[in-house]
Amino acid sequence: MRIPFAPLLGAAVLTVLTLAAPQARAEGTLAQVKARGHLVCGVSGGVAGFSMPDGQGRWRGLDVDFCRALAAAIFDDPERVRFIPQSSAARFTALQSGEIDVLARNTTWTLSRDTAAMNFPVITFYDGQGFLVRKALGITSVKQLDRATVCLQQGTTTELNLADWFRTRGLSYRVVTFANSEQALGAYESGRCDAYSTDKSSLYGERLKTARPDDHVILDEAISKEPFAPGVRQGDDQWRDLVAWTHYAMIDAEEAGITQANVVALRKEGLSPDVRRILGLEGRYGEGLGLTVDWADRIVRHVGNYGDAFARNLGEGTPLKIPRGLNALWTQGGLQYGPPIR
Amino acid sequence: MVESRTPLRWRAWALQALLVLVVAALVYAAAANAAQKLAKQGIVAGFGFLGRGAGFDIGQHLIPYAAATATYLDAFWVGLLNTLLVSALAIGLATLIGFTLGIARRAPNVLARTLAATYVETIRNVPLLLQLLVWYVAVRKALPGPADPAHLGSGAFLSQRGLFLPRPDLSGWGWLVPGAVGVGILATLVLVRLRRRAVEAGRRPLPVLVPGIVLVVGSGPLVGIGLALAGHPVAIAWPARGPYDIEGGLAILPEFAALLIGLSVYSAAFIAEIVRAGLDSVARGQGEAAAALALSRGQALRLVILPQALRVIVPPLTSQYLNITKNSSLAVLIGYPDLVHVFMGTVLNQTNQAVEVVALTMAVYLTISLVTAFAMNRYNARVVGPAR
Repeated sequence: MRIPFAPLLGAAVLTVLTLAAPQARAEGTLAQVKARGHLVCGVSGGVAGFSMPDGQGRWRGLDVDFCRALAAAIFDDPERVRFIPQSSAARFTALQSGEIDVLARNTTWTLSRDTAAMNFPVITFYDGQGFLVRKALGITSVKQLDRATVCLQQGTTTELNLADWFRTRGLSYRVVTFANSEQALGAYESGRCDAYSTDKSSLYGERLKTARPDDHVILDEAISKEPFAPGVRQGDDQWRDLVAWTHYAMIDAEEAGITQANVVALRKEGLSPDVRRILGLEGRYGEGLGLTVDWADRIVRHVGNYGDAFARNLGEGTPLKIPRGLNALWTQGGLQYGPPIR
Repeated sequence: MVESRTPLRWRAWALQALLVLVVAALVYAAAANAAQKLAKQGIVAGFGFLGRGAGFDIGQHLIPYAAATATYLDAFWVGLLNTLLVSALAIGLATLIGFTLGIARRAPNVLARTLAATYVETIRNVPLLLQLLVWYVAVRKALPGPADPAHLGSGAFLSQRGLFLPRPDLSGWGWLVPGAVGVGILATLVLVRLRRRAVEAGRRPLPVLVPGIVLVVGSGPLVGIGLALAGHPVAIAWPARGPYDIEGGLAILPEFAALLIGLSVYSAAFIAEIVRAGLDSVARGQGEAAAALALSRGQALRLVILPQALRVIVPPLTSQYLNITKNSSLAVLIGYPDLVHVFMGTVLNQTNQAVEVVALTMAVYLTISLVTAFAMNRYNARVVGPAR
């Protein structure tokens, strides 16, 4: 029900803005954000663990924390962010039209999106497309969904992956697509579809939204690569670097053993050289990004390292219980790897 | 007098010319601005993207469509045809219900009047969006699940996944069946016209109702039987149980059914009011005069009152038809793949060609509306008749 006309509105907004707005963006995004005094961050608004308001109306999630980290690096204040929920259909136009500074909305990085509309500076989460099915069906593999009906949200890579996967295996399926995930999940739960398909990371949260989560299982298989990346507008290298290095700072901090809990103490001890460089005690690295030297220190102090953010939003201590998997540090068998800060 | 009028007329012309210039300048500035902005963002403007592969599936398509081979243009046609299908059927159904209700509101029968009034006041005061959700969510949930669909007899099944009907295979000789139905409908129309001529000429009219029903309903099965006797029986695809769902046959999807019923039921309430207003606009004396000529109530309505009422009915009825077409875009809410759902939803998102997609969609709705309005205006000119 939320934003029923999202595609329509978003597109209309873009049309009106591109047609009517006078020269709006002469300067870089960072300068605009600093002048405005806060960051405007496009989020999904409905994916548990990534971006969703909690009971008190406070935004929570990995994507939300990424925006807070960005704000912390710029303003030394993680609260100077405005979150604007975006439907999957309206998100790119919102970024292009300048309505948001950064799109942190579990968006899959693909070549066509990269070349057509925006830039993806860094992968913040490695995911894949999965399926939620009723336990009573007794299904263990996606192949058993041959000739089944699948509900999904439209306008995402999910639609394309599904078509490719079934076609290449000579299997058939029927599809019912909806403008947003609530409608798609609702239709699945009410019996319209045999399976609900979206990124596995979202399925953990979607399963909890059903009336009886124990009646549904998430199939182990993933049928696609879904690297989630924040999106920025093309042609602004400074902003692109800043967004990339905000994530790298969180990864490097985790690898160096700097956590939100020990960062203040570590700063006083100031032991190893890489810790000193990350915290800005050595060198003037933050200035190259248009920030202060303690930029990474601010991120870890206010938001934590990548592991802190993961554990807080997705990990075993949360209802979602998503395993670290591909998102573990490269030193622990995962893919998260930060270039050195030096 | 003449001297003072000339400068006034000149000034009016100048003002109009100025207005045209301003509008043209605005349009030019907007287009130039958009082109510049798009170029800056690296978006290739133009409609070239329509030829690229789409790669996604669509739940309901009236023309052949497969993700592997279809282009964005194919997706556009699928969406457009789905919009036209649901709009056309909803217009027909809403007109039928609406006229029945409107006439019932002026019926001598108290029960009919009250029921019609209750319908109108309830339905037109509840938002269409809400009604669509009731049809799609609440009503669908009440239907049997896919594991045990209700067998309606004659090979038809009903479940949450839709209504499944036997479908005649129309390839080969089979196309003769719909062809015969088409001929039957045309012949009936000719009969109606002949009858009107006869009435106008004062001759005794031939009966139309029974031959019409036979022609329209009977022609299909008759040709079918004929083909079977000639050794080319029309194959029928029967719906049958698959591993998950009923498969084969003709599937009427719940999204389509909910949108069609929702649109028809909602718009019928407004059409009923339009019809009632039309009936009220005809002077009482007309009905009384018809009664004095010994016309039955039905004849009076059909021959005297409705033709005069139509002059009042048709213009607002046209607006209702346009509303139905445009309201069909609420399909996005219940997952029916209409033009807005497929084209402005999925295609816009896959291609990012926002300006082109929005412009094309707007142009399509504008065209549908203009064509509908044109046809209705032609009809209106006929019912108004010569000026008197």
